[in-house]
Amino acid sequence: MTVIIGLEIHCQLNTQTKLFCGCSTDYREDGPNTHVCPVCLGLPGSLPITNRQAVIYALRVAKALHCEVPEVSEFARKNYFYPDLAKAYQITQYDKPLAVGGYIDIEGEDGGEKRIQLTRIHMEEDPGRLLHMGSGDRGRYTLVDYNRSGVPLIEIVTEPELSSPKEARRFLNKLRATLEYLGTFDSEKEGSLRVDANISIKGHERVEVKNITSYKGVEKALMFEITRQKGMIRRNATIVRETRHYQEARGVTTSARSKEFEHDYRYFPEPDLALLRVSSWVDEITLPELPDARLDRFMKDYGLSKNHARTLTGDLRLADFFEEVCTGIPEIAAPWTADILLGELNYRDMPISKVPVQAFRSLLMEVKKASVTDKSAVEVLRLMLNQVMDGTPPEMADEIIARLGLAKEEGDSIVEIVTSVLAEHEAAVADHRAGKPGAINFLVGQVMKATRGRADPKEIGRIIGDLLKE
Amino acid sequence: MGGRFVFEKPDPHNAFITRCMDVAYGDGPLSGIPIGIKDNISTAGIPTTCASKILEGYIPPYDAHVITLLRSAGAAIVGKTNMDEFGMGTTTENSAYGPTQNPADPTRAPGGSSGGSAAAVASGLVRMALGTDTGGSIRCPASFCGIVGLKPTYGRVSRHGLIAYANSFEQIGPLARNVGDCALLYSVIAGYDPKDGTSLDLPPPAPLQAEIQGKRIGVPAEFFGEGVNPEVADVVRSAIDRLADLGAEVVSCTMPSMRYALAAYYVTSMGEAASNLGRYDGVRYGPAPEFFRPWHDAYSRLRKEYFSEEVRRRILLGTFSLSAGYQGKYYAKAQKARSMVRSDFNRLFEEVDIIAGPTMPSVAFRLGKSCDPLSMYLADILTVPANLAGIPAVSVPCGTAGGLPVGLQLMGRHFAEDEILAAALAFEEGSA
Ligand SMILES: [Zn+2]
Repeated sequence: MTVIIGLEIHCQLNTQTKLFCGCSTDYREDGPNTHVCPVCLGLPGSLPITNRQAVIYALRVAKALHCEVPEVSEFARKNYFYPDLAKAYQITQYDKPLAVGGYIDIEGEDGGEKRIQLTRIHMEEDPGRLLHMGSGDRGRYTLVDYNRSGVPLIEIVTEPELSSPKEARRFLNKLRATLEYLGTFDSEKEGSLRVDANISIKGHERVEVKNITSYKGVEKALMFEITRQKGMIRRNATIVRETRHYQEARGVTTSARSKEFEHDYRYFPEPDLALLRVSSWVDEITLPELPDARLDRFMKDYGLSKNHARTLTGDLRLADFFEEVCTGIPEIAAPWTADILLGELNYRDMPISKVPVQAFRSLLMEVKKASVTDKSAVEVLRLMLNQVMDGTPPEMADEIIARLGLAKEEGDSIVEIVTSVLAEHEAAVADHRAGKPGAINFLVGQVMKATRGRADPKEIGRIIGDLLKE
Repeated sequence: MGGRFVFEKPDPHNAFITRCMDVAYGDGPLSGIPIGIKDNISTAGIPTTCASKILEGYIPPYDAHVITLLRSAGAAIVGKTNMDEFGMGTTTENSAYGPTQNPADPTRAPGGSSGGSAAAVASGLVRMALGTDTGGSIRCPASFCGIVGLKPTYGRVSRHGLIAYANSFEQIGPLARNVGDCALLYSVIAGYDPKDGTSLDLPPPAPLQAEIQGKRIGVPAEFFGEGVNPEVADVVRSAIDRLADLGAEVVSCTMPSMRYALAAYYVTSMGEAASNLGRYDGVRYGPAPEFFRPWHDAYSRLRKEYFSEEVRRRILLGTFSLSAGYQGKYYAKAQKARSMVRSDFNRLFEEVDIIAGPTMPSVAFRLGKSCDPLSMYLADILTVPANLAGIPAVSVPCGTAGGLPVGLQLMGRHFAEDEILAAALAFEEGSA
């Protein structure tokens, strides 16, 4: 059963002001309805004026994604009633979008490169937001916050060419990275990316899943929906063409009441705005280094593996962070950043921007000097991250090592410890001599325990071997 | 200097919805001149209702661009004039605040939808007023009330703050008792406004001077076609003869696209209206009523209660003409017809400087007699072509038929307001 997935991705453009008025888009910390004017409230008589910066940002994305920008594009009205939609229509683009075609290359299921074609990119304004007081249908009342109303969005529509949830996830990661490299998007902002997905099994009707608001959610929603559809096909049930909602908290999709989505949007050209003739602007746009180019450079300049390079360039802040700490020690910085640090950050749900660069680099320098074992170094790192979370100023690695006595045990002192461990565990020593395989690991473990990890396990193994030969 | 204007004359014809009794005014070309504003133009701090219950109590927090211009020209804004609800009508009877009477004959309608503005000027309550013209709504009441009204070129006057009925057609324009005042008010409101994306940046209007000598005036046969009252036609024909006497060269011509004009206008304007009026859902504007669940039901109940029948008719027709499956049949065809009208005008204006004809096919209607919507829509036949093409057009009084005023309509090329006002002045003065 071949899976066919197409995505429609709404991204907020990171402009200072809204798409059709001068209100600030920096509203997240502020009270409701504090970033509003007659235009974004849709007050009678107000008129939209297109934000040039938003158009330039959208064109930057179009250029980076290899789209074609037609000579003329046009804003249109999408008419529907909803309490958060100030004008009862959304200004969007319909049959004349800003950009058409384009593609994004991702790693396909087979590990090779796969090209996902784009249908179009168009610009539109965000509606406001509803806050339901009380729960669900029984809520007592609903409040409307128009701070978000008029925030510029682009909608990127793919051809139905993705064939698994994993590919969809990779596609989104690549897209997000590209948008961030362009400086047009901030993925850390709440609600900055929203996805609708069209999913079908080849030969059957397609289902639209709306309302996916997180990266993880996309993969989960797709997995759920594919399993559901495959199950129906196995039971010989018919898949009906419908719209489903993704319930983030439960990880399931549910059928939207059909009435809710029986929309006839009655599109027509927005009479308050002139046609957009911006194709010539594209030539003036210079693109920064994008993820693919940076990946190549990381492999070439720092000698990184493709995997490490891909991980490290997959996020603008992470890539910048890596370049800040890696000077002179790329072969240490790469695994420590891509494997160990990222793991710790994921566990803590901490953004890379919070990691103290100097402290982390001081740790890498200790690792380079081999003054601590890897195990102790991880301990130091955890301590540093905990300090960040507690809000205490992070210490440099050498201070922590000295304070906690984590310096690697070497030479005579370690031989002494090994000798006393062997004396304490005569039975294990006998087992080892009798050729039992697990005994040596047990003994190494006991030494590690005695040194609280401050010794190199390989070195301990060698010392035990030497001592027992005598 | 500035000062205060006390606005206390009686308003026997119901020209105003809201009156400001004691108004401050400033310096400038309009210093101290009382001006009435059609109630679909936003005025900060003064209720603006579009003559609709659904906007009852709405006080805009901002001034329309034209109001800012009027204030800085020193005008005394004395109130908001009556109109057909949201500009939809040809009589000013379709107002939640009652009909306005025509000062020339109080048993008759002043025309619409800027009937309040026209009546306020014609009765001497104010020296001039602003109206808006979507399909003839300045020129029709000017014609019926015997005053001068100008619909400027689309894009010449900022629409910022004008509560939209049909955005792609409408313009704010002046109404006054004579061409001079009309031109004066026009010269204050014309100009570029960065807050209106369809506004154009052009040199300011030229000083008004009577001029008709040597102008070629085209008279399309269709403007005297079926449905034009013969008495009205005679009055307008002799007015055009007078233009010839003053030195104009009169040329007969035809405008074949005329027969599509009305359909194109109504399909498009109703589509835009349906969209524009969607925001009136009873939540943020109008009387605060009891709210029902679900919200779909609340919206439809409130909209049914607070919109008049005419407004609901146009919303429904507009919604229908844009809906899936019908858009190609109606809306797209209307766009085509609209571009035919445009190219007809372009063709004519290669031959002539001004196009002349009657403003309205009849004299003012009797109040209470306009019950058939279709025949009311037909009355706009001579005015809508200018709105479809976006060209300027002025209506100037040219005599009477059966004792009631008749208007002569002069249409010009895009941005040729100066030229048609010069011709109108020449006609008014009877001099070249
Ligand atoms: Zn705003």
